[in-house]
Amino acid sequence: MAGIDQSKIRNFCIIAHIDHGKSTLADRIIEMTGLLTSREMQSQVLDNMELERERGITIKAQTVRIVYRAKDGEEYIFNLIDTPGHVDFNYEVSRSLAACDGAILVVDAAQGVEAQTLANVYLALDHDLDVMPVINKVDLPSADPDRVIEEIEDVIGIEAVDAPQISAKTGLNVDQVLEQIVEKIPAPTGDKEAPLKALIFDSLYDSYKGVIVFCRIKEGTVKKGTPILMMATGAKAEVVEVGYFGAGQFIPCEELSAGMVGYITASLKNVKDTRVGDTITNAQQPCKEPLPGYKKVNPMVYCGMYPADGAKYPDLRDALEKLQLNDASLQFEPETSIALGFGFRCGFLGLLHLEIIQERLEREYNLDLVTTAPGVIYKVHKTNGEVIELTNPSNLPDPSEIEYMEEPMVKAEIMVTSEFIGAIMDLCQERRGVYEGMEYIEETRAVLRYHLPLNEIIYDFFDALKSRSRGYASFDYEMDGYVQSELVKLDILINKEEVDALSFIVHEGTAYERGRKMCEKLKEEIPRQLFEIPIQAAIGSKIIARETVKAMRKDVLAKCYGGDISRKRKLLEKQKEGKKRMRQVGNVEIPQKAFMSVLKLDDK
Amino acid sequence: MKPLELYLHIPFCIQKCNYCDFLSAPSCAGERKVYVESLCQKIRSYKDLAKAYHVVSIFVGGGTPSLLLSKQIEQIFEAVRETFVIDSDAEISLEANPGTVTEEKLQAYRNCGINRLSIGLQSAKDRELKRLGRIHTYEEFLWTYELARKAGFLNINVDLMSGIPLQTLADWEETLHEVARLKPEHISAYSLIVEEGTPFYERYGNGKHLEELPDEETERKMYYRTREILESYGYHRYEISNYARLGYECRHNLGYWNRTEYLGIGTGAASLIREERWNEGEIPEKLDRKAQMEETMFLGLRTMKGVSKAEFAKTYQRTMESVYGKVLEEMQKKGLLLVGEDQVCLTDAGIDVSNYVMSEFLL
Repeated sequence: MAGIDQSKIRNFCIIAHIDHGKSTLADRIIEMTGLLTSREMQSQVLDNMELERERGITIKAQTVRIVYRAKDGEEYIFNLIDTPGHVDFNYEVSRSLAACDGAILVVDAAQGVEAQTLANVYLALDHDLDVMPVINKVDLPSADPDRVIEEIEDVIGIEAVDAPQISAKTGLNVDQVLEQIVEKIPAPTGDKEAPLKALIFDSLYDSYKGVIVFCRIKEGTVKKGTPILMMATGAKAEVVEVGYFGAGQFIPCEELSAGMVGYITASLKNVKDTRVGDTITNAQQPCKEPLPGYKKVNPMVYCGMYPADGAKYPDLRDALEKLQLNDASLQFEPETSIALGFGFRCGFLGLLHLEIIQERLEREYNLDLVTTAPGVIYKVHKTNGEVIELTNPSNLPDPSEIEYMEEPMVKAEIMVTSEFIGAIMDLCQERRGVYEGMEYIEETRAVLRYHLPLNEIIYDFFDALKSRSRGYASFDYEMDGYVQSELVKLDILINKEEVDALSFIVHEGTAYERGRKMCEKLKEEIPRQLFEIPIQAAIGSKIIARETVKAMRKDVLAKCYGGDISRKRKLLEKQKEGKKRMRQVGNVEIPQKAFMSVLKLDDK
Repeated sequence: MKPLELYLHIPFCIQKCNYCDFLSAPSCAGERKVYVESLCQKIRSYKDLAKAYHVVSIFVGGGTPSLLLSKQIEQIFEAVRETFVIDSDAEISLEANPGTVTEEKLQAYRNCGINRLSIGLQSAKDRELKRLGRIHTYEEFLWTYELARKAGFLNINVDLMSGIPLQTLADWEETLHEVARLKPEHISAYSLIVEEGTPFYERYGNGKHLEELPDEETERKMYYRTREILESYGYHRYEISNYARLGYECRHNLGYWNRTEYLGIGTGAASLIREERWNEGEIPEKLDRKAQMEETMFLGLRTMKGVSKAEFAKTYQRTMESVYGKVLEEMQKKGLLLVGEDQVCLTDAGIDVSNYVMSEFLL
């Protein structure tokens, strides 16, 4: 690696709205530069988690180094840094961008500019990246590249006349993209001799190598034996190996110097020591100041996770610990629920992050989980001046001790075609949104801006948005501080007993509605038992809604057929099996899915 | 020689009833002829097995066995007697439906040694019979019943059904009184179950047209009244849905609940031989000890007498408490089970939710 000319390096990422073909283009670039033959390619090399491929999203940042022989006869080194494609991972995206010098903006030739297109472009421009547009999917019958070019120029304000018009799927004109990378994306700068200054943009845990830190060297040089210091966490270590990224593998090299992208291993045991956004420097010869923009990512959404089978509690803990090795933003601590037994209160970056962790626990670790309703972090200001960050509704202090409460807000941008503006405004209104403004980006499309409580968008906002706009609305948001709010804790009583796992915090104005819906839903989910079961929603001691599960009067099979007892046995076994999936709360048996069904209180 | 029950299946009927999901269908004379021949062959094929047993009961069920010609019934019994040793006091039943029985047939049944007739009536109300898709009227049943008595049948069962669409409690009570006054020795009183694959399922499946069916409360009242009314006529309930005058309990039926070995012959017929169960045409399934214990409990509990702890211990060399102590205690506490010195049986409340109780006995 030594002696690579900075002017021959291009560090870039690809940004796009979801489904506009980011990963497909990455694959095609890798394939066309000969890193892998198409036969070796499994579709979408960079999305290497099974889950990522299935959902068509990138969860972890991925990076690959490619050598490209350009038309000018020179060989260039491309470091393609794939960024996560979801708002939950916004901070990771921003750190990945900070490791690049330019960005390829992929826009779907039929869909045009979407909410995440804009959000990502703004993010890229914030990092002073040169943005190079590419129009993808021009082979689609509905493609309208001219309109999209106009849109990019009008809405985003970057020149797009000579944007390559490609089909990443078929490979059409992807060679133009490669040439333009050389032409349009600036080479890195930075002094190899200066004190080491490297940005961590990702890290992962490998059971052989320990923590592998992905970094972009901004200044100086690092090699085996360099004593390093993580400037934010203060962790120190000695470098064991440096290298760069092949396709799905780590290739060791001599050294990494200013302008390069690669990895460092230093027998670090915990990814928590190597936080994304932190600056690595030489411990003996530190740089004066860390790179700007580091912040500790904190979970936004919390929920309780319990093993369906109480005996699996240690397994769940092990699984969470393993996942956390690779995902410093996942937090968890033990908690106990009267209804659900021993489990964990887990913190996530957002609902997608939650779902991903949940799915991975279930699939990769074979755990059957009961998840409680996700909630946000509320700030509870107590009368004694103390401020509590509340993640579990059960821990809400007595109302008499509460001065006031605050809830987190987001700034949301929703891009929607004009025919659905009314419907989407209604939706935002229902979700306690405050209208902030609207701009038409073209004749038939507008961006709506709302100030919304986070709590209102973490459940099913995205689904509601899609269903009310027939799939046409796109959505992006960023956190926007806390505001004081009239919040109450809604408790659910089943057979007069409070079920802690079903309590949640809700805005006073929607409490009745939510309480009613919860009771209705639970009535559907809880099977009839030997006695009548009242289901009540309460705020404090005040009952605000009630439903009743009638007693089971009859459960008898009148006839057995000519000694054929197999069907009788099947029936009994089914009944027994159903019972296994129940949780005993007081003397009522509650099916596990009842705890989760409350997450999906239908919008309409 | 061990006791054995024989079940012979005749899968033919004149017309499928709206609630029926048994293995039976309308047929032509030719089909019936071929079936009887092959049934006889199958019976004879058990010659070796038969050596280890003496037959305590025979049940010819369907479908509508009385649809067959006298000659065909004779053929079948010839094969049976040729193959099996039958106790002289064996209970030998045949299912008959009004409208298919003649004096001549009844005489033939008697000659074959059939000593018990089970007549499918279901209701004494013609409008209910029509709703069920039965092919006969109450009048025709009376005629058949009388004919059977005249032919010398001293042990007759009448099948009744409660919970018929649009049936009221009063309707059901009238049917019970009507039939009990005729003094059959045995009455089976089942409540309608809407089974998949029947015309009733089309109409009532998945909670459709629920308003036409008696609600659960009424249905339970019908059940309670059945016992009260029939007891006033001298019947006692010996199984969840079966009532008899003392000494006329259906031995064949009780055998199923007490796990007497039985051999079913004919399309789809079920067998329990040694430790294996199978339906004709299927691969036998071996019952392990656990499955046997479970069966002893959930089948035995269908009888009002219940399950004997001593019998259980004798069969499995383990006390019932050591296997089911916790369930027994819990179910007793809930008032669903009566646990006596030796017998364990359902309480009235337990009968109402017997599936729930029985499922607890699965290990």
